[in-house]
Amino acid sequence: MKIHLKIWRQKDSHSKGEIKEYTLDDVHQEMSFLEMLDTLNIKLVKKGERPVEFDHDCREGICGQCGVMINGIAHGPLKNTTTCQLHMRSFKDGDTIYVEPFKATAFPVVRDLKINRSSLDHIITSGGYVSVDTGQAPEANTIPIANEIAEAAFDSAACIGCGACVASCKNSSAALFTSAKITQLELLPQGQKETRKRVVAMVNQMEEESFGHCTNTEACQVECPEDISVLNIARMNYEYNKSKILN
Amino acid sequence: MENSLNTKIPEGPLSEKWNTYKKKAKLVSPNNRKKLEVIVVGTGLAGASAAASLAEMGYNVKSFCFQDSPRRAHSVAAQGGVNAAKNYKNDGDSVYRMFYDTLKGGDFRSREANTYRLAECSANLIDQATAQGVPFAREYSGYLRNRSFGGVQVSRTFYARGQTGQQLLLGSYQALMRQVNTGKVSLYARHEMLDLVLIEGKAKGIIARNLDTGNVERHGAHAVVLATGGFGKIYYLSTLAMGCNVSAIWRAHKKGAFMANPSWTQIHPTCLPQSGEYQSKLTLMSESLRNDGRIWVPKDKNETRKANDIPEDERDYYLERKYPAFGNLAPRDIASRSAKEQIDEGKGVGELKNAVYLDFSRALQEYGKDVIVERYGNLFSMYKKITDIDAYLEPMKISPAAHFSMGGLWVDYELMTTIPGLFAIGEANFSDHGANRLGANSLLQACVDGYFVLPYTLQNFLADEIKNPKTDINHPEFDKAEEAVKKQMEGFLATKGNKTAEEFHKVLGSELYDKCGLSRSKEGLEKAIESIRQLRKEFKENLIVPGDASEVNSELEKAGRVADYMEIAELMCVDALQREESCGAHFRIEYQTEEGEAKRDDAHFCYSSAWEWHKDPSTPILNKENLTFETVTPSVRSYK
Ligand SMILES: Cc1cc2nc3c(=O)[nH]c(=O)nc-3n(C[C@H](O)[C@H](O)[C@H](O)COP(=O)(O)OP(=O)(O)OC[C@H]3O[C@@H](n4cnc5c(N)ncnc54)[C@H](O)[C@@H]3O)c2cc1C
Ligand code: SF4
Repeated sequence: MKIHLKIWRQKDSHSKGEIKEYTLDDVHQEMSFLEMLDTLNIKLVKKGERPVEFDHDCREGICGQCGVMINGIAHGPLKNTTTCQLHMRSFKDGDTIYVEPFKATAFPVVRDLKINRSSLDHIITSGGYVSVDTGQAPEANTIPIANEIAEAAFDSAACIGCGACVASCKNSSAALFTSAKITQLELLPQGQKETRKRVVAMVNQMEEESFGHCTNTEACQVECPEDISVLNIARMNYEYNKSKILN
Repeated sequence: MENSLNTKIPEGPLSEKWNTYKKKAKLVSPNNRKKLEVIVVGTGLAGASAAASLAEMGYNVKSFCFQDSPRRAHSVAAQGGVNAAKNYKNDGDSVYRMFYDTLKGGDFRSREANTYRLAECSANLIDQATAQGVPFAREYSGYLRNRSFGGVQVSRTFYARGQTGQQLLLGSYQALMRQVNTGKVSLYARHEMLDLVLIEGKAKGIIARNLDTGNVERHGAHAVVLATGGFGKIYYLSTLAMGCNVSAIWRAHKKGAFMANPSWTQIHPTCLPQSGEYQSKLTLMSESLRNDGRIWVPKDKNETRKANDIPEDERDYYLERKYPAFGNLAPRDIASRSAKEQIDEGKGVGELKNAVYLDFSRALQEYGKDVIVERYGNLFSMYKKITDIDAYLEPMKISPAAHFSMGGLWVDYELMTTIPGLFAIGEANFSDHGANRLGANSLLQACVDGYFVLPYTLQNFLADEIKNPKTDINHPEFDKAEEAVKKQMEGFLATKGNKTAEEFHKVLGSELYDKCGLSRSKEGLEKAIESIRQLRKEFKENLIVPGDASEVNSELEKAGRVADYMEIAELMCVDALQREESCGAHFRIEYQTEEGEAKRDDAHFCYSSAWEWHKDPSTPILNKENLTFETVTPSVRSYK
């Protein structure tokens, strides 16, 4: 197929970016979106030009490192899919595709489509864990956890930290990401002891990283590759208010 | 130089060795720990768990990874599960049985003491991860659930849906970030280690490039731990992430660390087949699928009908036929080789005739769709996403792909390499899996090394280092290493040829897969060595890398990694050539039984090959660690 690309190019975080146009004539339906970009890059490099820098690693939809806006949608048109798992069969011969980085104040552009998402790590650093030292753990079966609870915790734990929720939110809120971790750990007996402290620390950190506030537009779940539920956000807000009142 | 290697295996009976070691190991008092610095390269299960545990003890840790966040390390991709001898199923599992299965699975080419320790520490890992909030699968009663995996007859695999690696990694990543919060860990994401620095023969630091700015940095420490994962990506098409590479351990090798059994690569039987030339990787489908899926090919070479139209008696369930006791659960090397045999005979299926069927129709009939959805739903949807095929309606197509490096830096019982102060853990070392790794043992090894072994053994080393001051990064050895790194990068940029690093990588990979992959022969390996030398020459003359070194430049990153692949590729072939026997994943076609099974030669090859760098990639020196088995008698590995 023939594909026209309009790609965001930006030298570094200080430079101004612009959209540049490229055309590929030999795109196969079976190619993944990133393999299509690989093909473009080989051509650019051979012409002595700089390839388009983008983030990716596992190419199995699990590391969470890839992610771009494709025609304005985080990770592109397929529901619950990462960019690396999007295949060109989702497009038609002759299509024009806009490719841009995830945009948010908390995600500065590093180069082209590459962004810096360490703000998400900082949120975890502030309290997204169970405080247990190595070698301290009791025998695992002394903490029975109902199957439904473990499954529900897993649903939240499945977040891959890609940041699509932030990119698709008009306020650039990281509420879905943060609440998913809070919910996972709050559901499990091991994590409950620290819930109050955790939720306050993580919500505060979220603000410090200049993420916006959640105004319940629910765009995040729609574009989340893991279909993480917005109910997590409700739970986070509830826990936050409870902590504020009780503390 | 036979047996010159000091393995430091403790005295005493196998089951007491680790306890004995721990009792006698030297300690560092809490007050002194804060004076000591440790560099841990890698934030996968091995690196993150080690860094977190060391920081908890009070050491100052610098943690490095090339991804944008430690949580992206490739451990995140592991699907199937993690083994532990908990005997929750009361099906006769025990530390000894797990040790034996692992040793046998590795075709009696691993070190007994290390393998035993792996099994011994396995139960603790499940406890540790559970305490961290890893949502393992549960029975309705609330107790932990497990399943069985290839190569064993008990259920000892714990899992978290099909995302066990992800959940274990998030557990150790969170433990790591908790230590970042306390200030005990300094995190260096998007940093690539490009050289190891030795001062007076000891590992004292690294040279790393900040991948966001291009700055080349010096980092000093009292010890360096490499937890940089496997290098199966050398085959280009593999189940590994795009960034996986050999560079950190290879550069350490060139500074004196021995490389053991480099040619032993596990080829995984259940991957998605290649569909075209542009393809960048092969996706793994969890091996757990083999619990309920049946593998077959058409009996007829010239089959053109669709899978569902081929009647039962015209299908060959070749694993069930050849290995009745284990059937579809035969270990990976055997399952992969058998698939390749069928494909080579012309019975492969799919457009490129490069796959075999993995069929769930019987399981669907027997248990109903709901059960199959619960067990494997996410894998079926992943399969659909990639291939556009609904595997509830027709069989999956699978084919073997390079997956795991059993080889890596040689380490002793303490996980220390032949360079004092340099440790290697997780997939980056060689010790526990022998010539073939059993499923679900690798996540285990990475975690056990990081959480439970290294904290003791590194401390034993550090106890003597307290008297040494902080490493001076202005030492001439740092100057030298930094200069060499910069010179190499300038060389890549100045070549200005017309083939990209990735194109070189693809050629190298397919040559290796052909000649040093599932099966090897003297003739093939000799040819491969010739062509690798040619390719290396061409790489020097015809590489193209745009841009410069002082900016984000992923082509430059790739060039460095491919350069190292070009060198170790030759060592892999030399290693495979030197070992004139078949064992585990290493199948030399000259050494097989009449029935076509691997033929081990214990009289001549019961050792690990530890290669020493000598001047250039073509003149390595072989050292041997003879393997002795105190508790078991190596038997012919049979899964019939
Ligand atoms: C698709 C897939 C599925 C798997 N499934 C299973 C399974 O079900 N069960 C099982 O037991 N095993 C499984 N494995 C194997 C297992 O996942 C790995 O062997 C294990 O996770 C390796 O962990 P590690 O910590 O040693 O390395 P990794 O997790 O690969 O981590 C390597 C780290 O090193 C860093 N690094 C590397 N080089 C450098 C450098 N030069 N500078 C700085 N940083 C560097 C990386 O950034 C990364 O942080 C699977 C593997 C794959 C690929
Ligand atoms: S919640 Fe979804 S979109 Fe947001 S980071 Fe997690 S996986 Fe990505």
